[in-house]
Amino acid sequence: MKIAVLSGKGGTGKTMLSVNLAAAAKKSNYIDCDVEEPNGHLFFQPKELVMEGISVKIPYADDNLCNGCRKCMDFCRFNALAYVKDKLIVFEEVCHSCGGCSLLCPERAIFEKDRLIGQVQRGISDNVTVITGILNTGEVSGIPIIKNILNIDGAEKDYTFIDCPPGSSCIVMESIKDADYCILVAEPTLFGVHNFNMVYELVRLFNKPYGAVLNKCLEGENPSEVFCREKGIKILGRIPFDKEIGTLNSNALILARQNKKYKDMFSALLQIVTEEVRHETVTNP
Amino acid sequence: MRIAIPVDEKSLETSVCVSFGRASYFLIYDTDSREKVFVDNSAAYSQGGAGIKAAQYIADSGVSALLTPRCGENAAEVIEAAKIKIYKTINDSISDNINAFNEGKLAMLKEIHAGFHGHGGK
Repeated sequence: MKIAVLSGKGGTGKTMLSVNLAAAAKKSNYIDCDVEEPNGHLFFQPKELVMEGISVKIPYADDNLCNGCRKCMDFCRFNALAYVKDKLIVFEEVCHSCGGCSLLCPERAIFEKDRLIGQVQRGISDNVTVITGILNTGEVSGIPIIKNILNIDGAEKDYTFIDCPPGSSCIVMESIKDADYCILVAEPTLFGVHNFNMVYELVRLFNKPYGAVLNKCLEGENPSEVFCREKGIKILGRIPFDKEIGTLNSNALILARQNKKYKDMFSALLQIVTEEVRHETVTNP
Repeated sequence: MRIAIPVDEKSLETSVCVSFGRASYFLIYDTDSREKVFVDNSAAYSQGGAGIKAAQYIADSGVSALLTPRCGENAAEVIEAAKIKIYKTINDSISDNINAFNEGKLAMLKEIHAGFHGHGGK
């Protein structure tokens, strides 16, 4: 089963939760889709690393074949092409690699070349296969990397945890597209609730089954809990606002591998999530 | 010689537009005949690449110079490829800039910015 972990706001605990659930499972994949700033690997310290470059297709023209008809330019919605002094200029950072210009060119003057935008790192950390998407600094879109890292055969693993980027933009949509279940992580602040609402709307739009994990829980009223009650969102679990958890986590230590207390906590949470996913697959196959 | 200036409105009282790629109009001015023509900038509402599209228009228009307060790097690449010189405007008045250009008092635009792309700008 593929379980995406997301939150509107950054710093709510997506990585902490997905890393620990992956560690608590018997055998799992952990996929870091936060390609602009992947940090799950800092916790797992994966071994036997294999790196693979990720490229996108960028057009270039053969000036001898190009007759300057500009059909490619008229087609390009992103204005990535210009034609000056009998030469086609390609703005690589503006291009979205749709391939339309080369398909459309009546003179077959446009060819494609690879442009490296980042890499994928695969490694092993005990029971967890760690897959990390890394987007090169300055690149506009990490979606090609996410497409690559989610295209895995997870059949031999019981669990695949997808650590999503923060927010609810297209890169998050790409990350949850094939997920069987979405866990929304929320923190007890009003700002947190505002962004929690954004991902709540997103998972509903995508018709994904979902539940919430309330992180950093304090005594007293929790705005995220109130929100869950109002919207009828199932609360899968609560993680306390705790100095020990904060200290271990900020030292890039995996709670579930540190002591039995946390191992039990995340195992129990995993059990609840698993039942939810199975229940969803039975009722909404 | 014909020159281009990004402007806010289609009238002689208009001011120089602070943006090149997203200016509403361009004034095409002929320094010999003193003829002024206003043209729509079809790139103004582009989702992206407005500078490139606007620069393509300027390159195709056959002007020899562009007078603008600022210019992004993509637009500048197109304009420079077309061998059009980019001058920096001194204020937002059309006539002041045309006069300064005619007297050879306009400096070349040196700071080419990396584009704002939805992040605002000063």
